[in-house]
Amino acid sequence: MREITLSRAVNEAIAEEMRRDPAIFLIGEDVAEAGTPFKVLSGLVEEFGTERIIDTPISEPGFMGMAVGAAMTGSRPIVDLMFGDFIFLVMDQLCNQAAKTHYMSGGKLKVPLVLRTNLGATRRSAAQHSQSLHALVAHIPGLKVALPSSAYEAKGLLKTAIRDDNPVVIFEDKLMYNDKAPVPEEEYLLPFGKAEILRQGKDVTLVGTSSMVQVCRKAADLLAADGISAEVIDPRTIVPLDEDTIVGSAKKTSRAIVVDEGHQNFGVTAEIAARIADKAFYYLDNPVQRMGAMDVPVPFSPALEDLTVPTPEQVAERARRLCRGEI
Amino acid sequence: MAARKSKANTEAYLRMYRQMARIRAFEDNANQLYLSAKMPGLTHMYSGQEAVAVGICEALTSDDKITSTHRGHGHCVAKGAEFRQMFCELLGKAEGYCRGKGGSMHIADQANGNLGANAIVGGSMGIATGSALTAKRQGTGHVTVCFFGDGATAQGVWYEVMNMAALWKLPIIYACENNGYSEYTKTAEIAAGSLTARAEAFGIDSFTVDGQDVLAVNDLAQTLVARCRKGEGPFFVELETYRYHGHHVGDINRDYYRTKDEEADWKKHRDPIVNFGKWLIGQKIVTPDELVSMDNEVRADAEAAVQYALEAPYPDVREVDMHVFAEGA
Ligand SMILES: Cc1ncc(C[n+]2csc(CCOP(=O)(O)OP(=O)(O)O)c2C)c(N)n1
Ligand SMILES: [Mg+2]
Repeated sequence: MREITLSRAVNEAIAEEMRRDPAIFLIGEDVAEAGTPFKVLSGLVEEFGTERIIDTPISEPGFMGMAVGAAMTGSRPIVDLMFGDFIFLVMDQLCNQAAKTHYMSGGKLKVPLVLRTNLGATRRSAAQHSQSLHALVAHIPGLKVALPSSAYEAKGLLKTAIRDDNPVVIFEDKLMYNDKAPVPEEEYLLPFGKAEILRQGKDVTLVGTSSMVQVCRKAADLLAADGISAEVIDPRTIVPLDEDTIVGSAKKTSRAIVVDEGHQNFGVTAEIAARIADKAFYYLDNPVQRMGAMDVPVPFSPALEDLTVPTPEQVAERARRLCRGEI
Repeated sequence: MAARKSKANTEAYLRMYRQMARIRAFEDNANQLYLSAKMPGLTHMYSGQEAVAVGICEALTSDDKITSTHRGHGHCVAKGAEFRQMFCELLGKAEGYCRGKGGSMHIADQANGNLGANAIVGGSMGIATGSALTAKRQGTGHVTVCFFGDGATAQGVWYEVMNMAALWKLPIIYACENNGYSEYTKTAEIAAGSLTARAEAFGIDSFTVDGQDVLAVNDLAQTLVARCRKGEGPFFVELETYRYHGHHVGDINRDYYRTKDEEADWKKHRDPIVNFGKWLIGQKIVTPDELVSMDNEVRADAEAAVQYALEAPYPDVREVDMHVFAEGA
């Protein structure tokens, strides 16, 4: 199969969907000629024109709100938010407006929009360009949240997001934009709420999201060398969450570690760990482990920043201790 | 150049020239550090805009406050910061102004009244206005200058705080550095109508000034600072300027949004440092040789500070979870 970058995969997903449905437009800062600072959208304006690939001023709450209104009236906007950190600027439009409209209207109004943004630290971009804020939106009923971990998932999940009649927030790992993975030429969509078991194992379950999927896979390699068999699960979407697959795996291995790049406190690791504890309690040999980003604003200094995100070695070490019954 | 009684102000002129030369030297070194992969992360060069920061900050005392932007090294130098601590910050070293925690986009220099750079466009507009509110409530007489780019005028928060600043007559100057571009987009494509008219709509006295002319900037700044101290603020100033480098270091192929001719033209005809140097020589305030030796001295300082910062230690790993909360109860 051909291999393409995550960036290319996103670009293809948008182009294919825009060819299919004229109601779709894309809006954001420097998305047209510049194709975003990450160059993810290069070439789209040439094909679809500035009527459908719309450059905005630096007015995030404004264009987010306009996307909500456009979605309520027959358009299907894709909003490009340059950095996940800027989600704080659009929170009212996203959480008070987009998320609640369908419910508050008794099911009469729909808000089919996609907010594309990113997450991930260790780019030395400091505290306002490095956050992983997906837990914030996952907390709000009415928003779906997708976390692709490869070019393949980025394309399949984005296409599904675009066809969904609800607001969907999709976070790409900005460190992965240039990472290649096999992606079929033919069209495919990936369903929401269906986790992927990336590696079968029997001793411990590693649930990793987004950037942490690679970390879990590498940890599983390290563990294999020690004779520990780890099962690696990528939920792909956290809202909806494929509880059955995750809980089923934990019941099988009787140990689980949840790894996510958001802050650990009140975060995605807490939610998933709680569900495992709730539903697999009697099958577990040890308490469910959580590994999130350290609960500090992301520091700039390389000497500090690398300490804040879980590494394969740390995940493997936690798994070893778990399997030895030390925790 | 705005004509002024020359000799009497010799000291101030030389200080402004020197500060502009220091900013240029700082940025040339920072750029080099980044290109040689010694400096991590994202950075935005201030080169070309020196007369804005220097002309304004020369009118302030160290008790007056500024807020800065992602393109903030110039503001920081102009407000009195030292090279060593700045380069240490850019390299994430313990001796940096923010102990390496902030980096290029977040340098703050409390002692000199710099409340910090900001990586959120428009992120400092509320902060600056709040600082002016403190000055008014406490009767300190301090003035706050809020630096931001033309692109930031698209942020709604600016209109909210301008309204309050005008209602409450706060001692603040909103200084918009219009360098013609918001990232990779021409200002004309992102700003409807006129920027000064927007501020005027709130009853705020607004001015446009040549941001390449340090004396013109300084003249206006002195007047507005004095008026702010008398309770006549707020003010809005649009400064016409230009950034020499890409939006960020790494924005190399930029022909698609601006021409090389345009860049060359600004550098050749409107360089704030060269033009001010010529004026100083013309007025017989300095000799060409004196300027050359000042430039050399400043460059040597910058290089020594880079060397110092490269060798300086990183923060101890225990600092990673320090400063999340302040100690006071
Ligand atoms: C809220 C927010 N949106 C977008 C960005 C990305 N961004 C960084 S600088 C910039 C352009 C700013 O233009 P301007 O205000 O004119 O300042 P200049 O870079 O020209 O100095 C953009 C869009 C950001 N940092 N913050
Ligand atoms: Mg600008």
